[in-house]
Amino acid sequence: MTVCVFFGCTFIAFGPAISLFIFTVARDPLRVIFLIAGAFFWLVSLLLSSLVWFIAVQISNKENASLQKGLLIFGVVLSVFLQEAFRFGYYKLLKKANEGLMALNQDDTMPISIRQLAYVSGLGFGFMSGAFSVVNILADSLGPGTVGIYGDPPHYFVSSAFMTMAIILLHMFWGVVFFDACEKKQWLSLAVVVCTHLLVSCLTFLNPQYEGSLIPAYVIAFVMGAWAFFISGGSLRNLRLCLTCKDKDFLLANHRPR
Amino acid sequence: MAENLANVVHEQISEDFPDVHRSNGNDGTERRRTEVREAESNGQPASRPSRPVESEEDEDEELTLKYGAKHVIMLFVPVTLCMVVVVATIKSVSFYTKKDGQLIYTPFPEETDTVGQRALNSILNATIMISVIIVMTLLLVALYKYRCYKVIHGWLIISSLLLLFFFSYIYLGEVFKTYNVGMDYITLTLIIWNFGVVGMICIHWKGPLRLQQAYLIMISALMALVFIKYLPEWTAWLILAVISVYDLVAVLCPKGPLRMLVETAQERNEPIFPALIYSSTMVWLVGMADGDAESQKKQTPRLAAPDSQATDQMDDGGFTPEWVDEQLNDLGPIESTEETRREIQQMPSDRAPAVPTDDPEERGVKLGLGDFIFYSVLVGKASATASGDWNTTLACFVAILIGLCLTLLLLAIFKKALPALPISITFGLVFYFATDNLVRPFMDQLALHQFYI
Repeated sequence: MTVCVFFGCTFIAFGPAISLFIFTVARDPLRVIFLIAGAFFWLVSLLLSSLVWFIAVQISNKENASLQKGLLIFGVVLSVFLQEAFRFGYYKLLKKANEGLMALNQDDTMPISIRQLAYVSGLGFGFMSGAFSVVNILADSLGPGTVGIYGDPPHYFVSSAFMTMAIILLHMFWGVVFFDACEKKQWLSLAVVVCTHLLVSCLTFLNPQYEGSLIPAYVIAFVMGAWAFFISGGSLRNLRLCLTCKDKDFLLANHRPR
Repeated sequence: MAENLANVVHEQISEDFPDVHRSNGNDGTERRRTEVREAESNGQPASRPSRPVESEEDEDEELTLKYGAKHVIMLFVPVTLCMVVVVATIKSVSFYTKKDGQLIYTPFPEETDTVGQRALNSILNATIMISVIIVMTLLLVALYKYRCYKVIHGWLIISSLLLLFFFSYIYLGEVFKTYNVGMDYITLTLIIWNFGVVGMICIHWKGPLRLQQAYLIMISALMALVFIKYLPEWTAWLILAVISVYDLVAVLCPKGPLRMLVETAQERNEPIFPALIYSSTMVWLVGMADGDAESQKKQTPRLAAPDSQATDQMDDGGFTPEWVDEQLNDLGPIESTEETRREIQQMPSDRAPAVPTDDPEERGVKLGLGDFIFYSVLVGKASATASGDWNTTLACFVAILIGLCLTLLLLAIFKKALPALPISITFGLVFYFATDNLVRPFMDQLALHQFYI
C-alpha cells in the first residue's frame, strides 16, 4: 500500500501513454485539441451505456445477485459496441471537419492528416478509458489498508495497472486500424477491431484468474500493434533501418550525420 | 465585495487578433492600392499579377486556423492550472470543505427538514446572489461610461488587496495546519507581504507576463475556493446555472451591460482593466516590462495610451537631424526619393507576402477572470461533493475544456466578444450530474469485479 504502490501503479498504467503524449502530441496544439475531443467522445459513449445499465438495474430485482451480474455483463457488451459506434461517429466528424479545412485552404494541404487524427483520437479514447478504470483505485492505494484480507486477490492493484496499460495501448492501435479500415472501406477489418475489443473485455470476466485475461490482452495488443504498424507504412526494413540509425530520410529530416 | 468584483466583468472572451487581422488586411490592401497607383502614375502600368493577392489572403486564413489552435491551447493551460490548484487544495486541505457558515449574500440555510424547503431556500439564495451580481455589473458599467476611472481603480485595488493579502494569508495558514508545519509570525509576515506587494505591482502596474498570469491564476483559484467553502451545495449549482444564462444575456443582447462595456472600451480604444482579464499576450502598454521595448513600439498604433504615443512621436530611433546631416555629407544622398522607390517597386519581389512578423505571437486571446473562477468552482464542487469520486472530477474537467474549445471556435467564426460561461458550464453541469448518478455506480460495479470496458 501507500506511496510506493501508488507511484508504481500510476507509472505502469500511464507511463507509455504519458510519454507518447509528451513526445508526439504536446507540441502541436491541433493534436492536443483532437485528443481531448476524442476523450470527450469516449465519455459520452460511457454516459449512454451507463444510462441504459442504470435503467435496467432500476427496473430489475436488486436482490438477485446473478441477475445483477448478468446485467453488468450486458452493460459491458453494450458499452463496447457504443464505444466503437462513437469511434465511427468521431471518424465521420473528423472527415467533415477536414473537408471544411481543405475547402478553406486552396492548395489542398491539410493541417493534420487522417492518420495522425487516427492515432491522436485512439490515444484520447485510451487516456479516458484508462483514467476512468484506474484513477479511483489509485486514489485508494494511497491510503492505509491491506489488499485481499478477505480472500480477494492480493495482486489487485498491480494487475489493474497492467490491464489499464494494455487497454490504453489497445485503444490507440484500434484507433489507427479503425480509421484506416473506414478510409479504405474494408468492413472486415472494422469487424475485426470490434470483435477484438469485445474479446478483450469479455476476457476480463475471467478475473481474478489473471492469466486468462492479462496474457491474452497483451498478446492481442502486440498483434494489433504490429497490424497498426504495417498499416501506417512501417515495414521490417524501416524498422531495421531505424533501429540501427541508418534511416536516411529520418536522419536527413533531423539533420544528423549517419 | 471582492466576490462581486470578480463576478462583474468576467464572462467575455475577446480576441486581439481579429481586429488586428482585419486592420492588417486593410493595411495590406491599401498598401497594394497605393503601390499600384504610384506605379501607374509614374507611367508604367502595374504588372502585378493577381495571384499574390489571393495567396496572401489564403495564407492569412491558414495562419488564422493554425493560430486559432494555438490560442485554444494558450487558454487550456491556465484554465487547467487553475482547476488543478483548486482540486488539489480541496482534496488535501479539509478547511475548504468544512461547513463554517454562509455568506451574507446567501442567507437561507440548506439544512432543512424537507426537500421542498431546501429547494426553496436554494432558489432564494441564488436569486439574491444573482441580483447582487447584476447590480454590481450595472454599477461598474455606469462608472465606466461616465469615466469615473478613479472610483473603478480604487474598487479594483481594494479587492485585489483583499485577495492577495487576506485570503492568501488564510490559505497559507490552512495549508500549514494540514501539513503540520510550524511557522512564526515574522516569517509569515515577510512571505505574505512580499507575495502581496509583488502581486499588486504585477497586476496593476508592470510585470513579467508569466508572473502576471501566475498571479491572476492564483487569485482566481483563491476566489473559487472561497465560493466553494461558503456556498451550500444546491445554491452553488443553481448559481452556476443562472449565471451562465445571465452571461449569455449580458454579453449578447444589444443593451447587455457587458456588451456595452466591451463596446465602450473598443470605441475609446482602451484596454479593459488588467485586474479583471487574463490575457495570453502583452496587450496594454501600462502593464509591460521594459524587456519588451520592441513589442511596445509595435503595439503603439493599435492600443495606445495618450502619454506613450507622445513619447513615441518624439522617438526618432536615433536618427537625429545631426546624424542625418553627417551622413549626407559623407555618403551623398541616401534618403529614398521617388525615383529610387519606383526602381525598387519594379524589381521582382521574392519576399513572402507581407505578413508582419510580430503578429502571430502577439495576437492573443483574453478570458475574463470570472470565467476562471466559475470553471474552478464547478470542478472544485464536483471533487468536494461527489462522494470522493475522481471520475466525476475528470468528467467535469474534460467537459469544461471541450466547452471552452467550442466557444473559441465560435469566436473564430463570429469574431466578436462572446460569453465563455454558457457552453462550458452547461456541459460541466450535465456531466457532473450524469457521472455522479449514472456512471459512478456502473464503474464501481465494474471495478469490484475487475471487468474492463
